[in-house]
Amino acid sequence: MATAVMTSLDTKSPAASRGMSDIRIRNLFIIPTILFLIVFNIFPLIYSLGYSFTDFRASSNAPANFVGLRNYRELLNDPFIWANFAITAKYVIISVSGQVIVGFGTAMLLNRDIPLKGLLTTLLLLPMMLSMAVVGLFWKLLYDPSFGIINYALGLGSFEWLSNPDMALYAVAITDIWMWSPFVMLLSLAGLSAVPKHLYEAAAIDRAGPFYTFFRITLPLVAPILMIAIIFRTMEAFKTFDLAYILTSQPTTEVISIRLYKMAFQEWQTGRSCALAYIVLIMVLAITNIYVKYLNKVKER
Amino acid sequence: MAHIELKGITKNFGDHTALQNMNLDIADGEFFVLLGQTGAGKTTTLRLIAGLEKPTAGQIFIDGRDVASWGAAERDVALVLQQYSLYPRYTVRENLEFPLKSPIRRVEPAEIKERVDRVARTLRIEHLLDRKTDRLSGGEMQRVSIGRAIVRKPRVFLMDEPLSALDAKLREALRTELKNLQMNLGATFLFVTHDQIEAMSMGDKIGVLNNGNLVQTGTPHEIYNNPVNTFVAGSVGSPPMNLIDGTIAGGEAVSDDGYRLPFANGHAIVTDGRPLTFGIRPEDLQLESGGAGKATVHDVENHGVAKIVTLRTGEKFIRATVPAQAVLRIEEKVRFSWNPEKVVLFDSRTGVSLRHAS
Repeated sequence: MATAVMTSLDTKSPAASRGMSDIRIRNLFIIPTILFLIVFNIFPLIYSLGYSFTDFRASSNAPANFVGLRNYRELLNDPFIWANFAITAKYVIISVSGQVIVGFGTAMLLNRDIPLKGLLTTLLLLPMMLSMAVVGLFWKLLYDPSFGIINYALGLGSFEWLSNPDMALYAVAITDIWMWSPFVMLLSLAGLSAVPKHLYEAAAIDRAGPFYTFFRITLPLVAPILMIAIIFRTMEAFKTFDLAYILTSQPTTEVISIRLYKMAFQEWQTGRSCALAYIVLIMVLAITNIYVKYLNKVKER
Repeated sequence: MAHIELKGITKNFGDHTALQNMNLDIADGEFFVLLGQTGAGKTTTLRLIAGLEKPTAGQIFIDGRDVASWGAAERDVALVLQQYSLYPRYTVRENLEFPLKSPIRRVEPAEIKERVDRVARTLRIEHLLDRKTDRLSGGEMQRVSIGRAIVRKPRVFLMDEPLSALDAKLREALRTELKNLQMNLGATFLFVTHDQIEAMSMGDKIGVLNNGNLVQTGTPHEIYNNPVNTFVAGSVGSPPMNLIDGTIAGGEAVSDDGYRLPFANGHAIVTDGRPLTFGIRPEDLQLESGGAGKATVHDVENHGVAKIVTLRTGEKFIRATVPAQAVLRIEEKVRFSWNPEKVVLFDSRTGVSLRHAS
């Protein structure tokens, strides 16, 4: 099958004149990538699976002892870990739904003939291109209770965004929404502009109102691509680390990856943190799978 | 049902003038066909009537009321487009229900079902009702899109080349169906096409558009037999009307290629010596041994019921329809004559028919 998909090498090409065959060129491109993947992704993945069944500590020279499923058992019975998961879930829901609302809304606004549309779209995409650490640092300044511009602009006085335990998670989510709504917007815009204009005209002639048109035509046609955006953002939000870590150190913002980081590199419980990483991995896989199933259903309809 | 009137409609897109001072009157219950080449302004006319575009100048009346301020929904017209515009991801039934289910309309569910079923029966798509629209063939899609128009009982049907994307056989079948449908519904139809056969066979009236100008309106008979200018003469009929340049001298038509044909000048116009164009339909040209015109057979097309012969006279080509039994060889020398009654005179310079000019 693979050979059927591959096109044959042009016999007059420089590569062919050097005596290279199709197969050789294929290997030349693919083998380094696969090697890289094995060394940096697959090997650590399997190696950490092994560690997750031991009491290994990377900070000591003590040999690793096999402890069976003890790490998993203790982790899953630890109420603090569950609290971290609950925080993460809350964060994912707030942040992703915020991004979808803002991103899709902006896309709806941009999906028409307006002057400077290209420039506007590019400018709106800028937050997405910044580094997480930079975004975290300057939003920390924006949120600052005494000189932050947010309090000044909203007239909130010295409202504590980040040191207020009830507000901190929302503050992180708002930053994340600001940064990643453009991503949802970009994908939605692609979906929206793919809806043929004549369908809207047909709907107008059929006397469909704007809401009816939106729910019966626009949304079903954009749904698949919107689902892809949601999958990506959920996965990313689930493993958020940098933003939350930089912005605040409240216990209420200790999402699972921060817990994992602390466990691995501050408490040096290497074996246990490997087990936790696996639990997170399985959860992300499970959630993604649910989405993908749903995506396929949406596509079929 | 409705009566449509366009008064002095002009539509510009930027520098481009799509329609120029167009006046059109479509009677209630009439099947009106707009005929024109691509870019002649046919679709623009439809979109203006449907309310999808606003005219640069002029007024549109539906049932005597100026509809300038009405949106597409309020005008209550149905538009069938060339690209079908079925709503994807829905079944045929859902597509047909769409215009009825709109909250603006409030149709009872029982009535929706009844109307959808009736339309499906009329268009013979009952067996497709539960199928997704992307699993339909072109002809089936077009029927569904026509069905979606009928189900609403609109005041006017606007059809934008609905048949042009279909294959020849299906086109013929749907042509008959559409015409029957229009007669059964008694509805006003405005049908746009570039296909003169569709125009001739379906229209109660035809409007010929050329570059945004409405050149002539009339019954198919008028358009065919009495074209207002050489453009109409050349665009209606298959093959089109022969246009022969020449003059009139001594009661005879003298072609620029040298042959003379009898001509009874029924017009009360002095035409002697003036450069003219003689328009003659291929079926009004006869090949006969005693004919006054001399020509060489250039090409013979067999159409089954008849043969179309291309004759070479000097530099020019003219076409004649001959019975299918006629035996003709390429390069054979033949003589021809015409039916003098049927000749239409055009002014060579302006291309306007002398009958219409006078």
